[in-house]
Amino acid sequence: MLGYAGRILHVDLSSGRIWTEVLNEDYAKKYIGGIGLGMRLYLDHSKPGVDPFSAENPLVLATGPLSGTMVPTGGNGHAFVSKSPQTFGVGETKAHGHFGTELKRAGYDAVIFYGKSERPVYLWLDDDAVQLLDAQYLWGKSPQETEDAIKKELKDAYIRVASIGVAGEKLVRIACVINEKTRACGRTGLGAVMGSKNLKAIAVRGSKDIAVANKDRLLELIKVQHERMKGPAARKYRTLGTPENVLVLNALGAMPTNNFTGAVFQGADRISGEYLNERYVAKVIGCSSCAMRCEHIAVVPEGPYKGTTTRIEYEPLWAMGPNCGVGNLDAILKGMDLSNYYGVDAISIGGIISFAMDLYKNGIVNKETVGLELNFGNAETMIEMIKRVSLREDFGDTLAEGVKLAAERIGNGADKYAVHIKGVEMTGYDIRGLKTAALGYAVSFRGADHNRHGAYGPDVSGKVNRFKAEKGRGKLVKETEDLYSIIDSIIVCKFSRGTYVKGFDDLAALYAAVTGIEMNGEELRRAGERINNLGRLINIREGLTRKDDSLPWKIMHVPIPDEGPSKGSHVTQEELDLLLDDYYEVRGWNKEGMPTPEKLKDLDMEDLAYIIKDKPVKRKKHTQTEE
Amino acid sequence: MANAPKTEAAKWKLVSCDPEKCTGCAVCEYICSLHKENVFSAQKSRIRTMRIHPWINISIACRPCSPAPFVTACPRDALKQSEETGVIVVDDEKCDGCSWCIEACDYGAVTLHPEKKIVRICDTCEGKPECVKWCPEEALDFVTRDIMAQKARIAVSKKLFKEAMEAQGIKP
Repeated sequence: MLGYAGRILHVDLSSGRIWTEVLNEDYAKKYIGGIGLGMRLYLDHSKPGVDPFSAENPLVLATGPLSGTMVPTGGNGHAFVSKSPQTFGVGETKAHGHFGTELKRAGYDAVIFYGKSERPVYLWLDDDAVQLLDAQYLWGKSPQETEDAIKKELKDAYIRVASIGVAGEKLVRIACVINEKTRACGRTGLGAVMGSKNLKAIAVRGSKDIAVANKDRLLELIKVQHERMKGPAARKYRTLGTPENVLVLNALGAMPTNNFTGAVFQGADRISGEYLNERYVAKVIGCSSCAMRCEHIAVVPEGPYKGTTTRIEYEPLWAMGPNCGVGNLDAILKGMDLSNYYGVDAISIGGIISFAMDLYKNGIVNKETVGLELNFGNAETMIEMIKRVSLREDFGDTLAEGVKLAAERIGNGADKYAVHIKGVEMTGYDIRGLKTAALGYAVSFRGADHNRHGAYGPDVSGKVNRFKAEKGRGKLVKETEDLYSIIDSIIVCKFSRGTYVKGFDDLAALYAAVTGIEMNGEELRRAGERINNLGRLINIREGLTRKDDSLPWKIMHVPIPDEGPSKGSHVTQEELDLLLDDYYEVRGWNKEGMPTPEKLKDLDMEDLAYIIKDKPVKRKKHTQTEE
Repeated sequence: MANAPKTEAAKWKLVSCDPEKCTGCAVCEYICSLHKENVFSAQKSRIRTMRIHPWINISIACRPCSPAPFVTACPRDALKQSEETGVIVVDDEKCDGCSWCIEACDYGAVTLHPEKKIVRICDTCEGKPECVKWCPEEALDFVTRDIMAQKARIAVSKKLFKEAMEAQGIKP
């Protein structure tokens, strides 16, 4: 079992007790690593129905079996898993950079945090020496300042740090965990879970060797991957980066604007990947072991935000730009930088602000109640709101609950403008006219997300009629979901997905060369399916049902108004039901979206059949969806 | 084999890194440790990557000085510099890990092997450095100082005459 460190670290923040455990080989083979192993460990070590912010909610940090090796993009990932304060089901989130590499070098496949520390602490992992150190002096600092301060305190620039910002401390439900200053475990609010435990940061230094089972075979495979990464499969990420999407999606009428009111942005040319690379991008850097490099670092050249330096990606650019009606690129970049500074998910923050702007436009809130003119397109207000939400100031305190809970609190029909799935704010694909993607979004176990399934692929490429809901889409979603679950568990980068031309077979070959565990593509695919069922089972245990596989009100009731190919498109309840039925059937689940005992047996998961036998836990009122 | 005379240094090749191209991916560290020690380990790599700021990345290996100050600094005469290649050879029997050489090297190119407690320095893989071969960005090169200067001159000329070249249809 090379590749794996073979060791799990347990940290009880309440008592300060720290102990290690040998990694169960059966779990390694069945759940691989990353989110798969993380979710299984979470399930084993948690009770159903706990509040995400209570001491009873554990937080799991996991690496993948390839972490620490030279497998391109595979050497550097890590994942967090816990109960999400947004979905009240399973929350999982990954990041790349250098942190995962270092954690594996220190000798851990996973770290499980229990309880809650009495005062702010950070975990210092120096190979086998594990300590909880005082973080009072770091409280209130940004992740970037925290990283610098810890490196200074411990006197080693090669130490890697993952930490939360002020938003995590203040339990803002969209808080993230940031490593290497610009890399974020962004979605599902697990930074707030970390904050609820008074855990400011995790600092790691590892000096253990990472040995692999078959060195020569691995180098052969890596050589092939390097070549593919120089080719067309990775071209987008190497050249313009994900902001290339701006013009592509805009032309399709698939870039949501003004909180999913329209789907075409008039100022797209001035915020495009092309425009950015010409005027703003100063350098493209890479994560540990990566042979693609995609991280575009942009600098604002002039104006009031001059000198702002930040990593750029399409999603946050869209969220704080077109989705808020903002076309001022300088301000959007400032917004991205501030999101990292406060430690909030740069996608959800845009979703929250656009939600507030929509409420303002529709008279549900006004200047007296929110203290600001929250007009779509107002860049200064957008910037100010990032601060207010992150610091829970004024109206920001309500919005810091995320759009779903904020809408419940505001009432007065606000829920119609809350564009979320399972409590997680939408991402930058207008699924009103991307109906395979709409299914993928609806069934994602971590809520609204393109990265759980990539089901926009067949829609955008024209492989299917994207305006039509029909049988067969369930299979497409299932296939990409299973692949994405392996990508998130073996932990390679989604941007490299096109370089695994034989899909599971390529990934299985890498896995076998590193670990020595012979596994073929089909076995790995089954593991992917198993991991998807696992995510589903945790959600069922927490009381989520078919009703939660829903779409935002606007997606179902406001047809795309813009002239162009997508005009008039939206998803009806009948269409959604058709898609869900098809998907559940392909998955071997019942009509309620629950895995059948036969399916669990088929996937060698009978040990978890108790979850579907027990009645789902009655959820507390504040977590309930409308009955 | 005494310290090499200065005249020899012009022939020596070294692993040089172009920080404009370097992305900080550390593939050089991975391949170095795998090639030399059969494992992936940053500490066991003879080349190290440094990121000071998101856009300041560089990998550094031995840049054979003439004479190398740390060869002189070794109190146990464990280090010898090859006249032919400039490579500094460590006598594992004599080295006791005292690390005077680490202190004396201005480039941080000498590292202490974490288990053997003896120092390690880039040996250029007998003139065919693996890191150069594997660098995905071709940021690393194995060159003499003269060629290094020549490359810089070509780069700066291209920069200076970019417009003129474009006007002439010369591809930079």
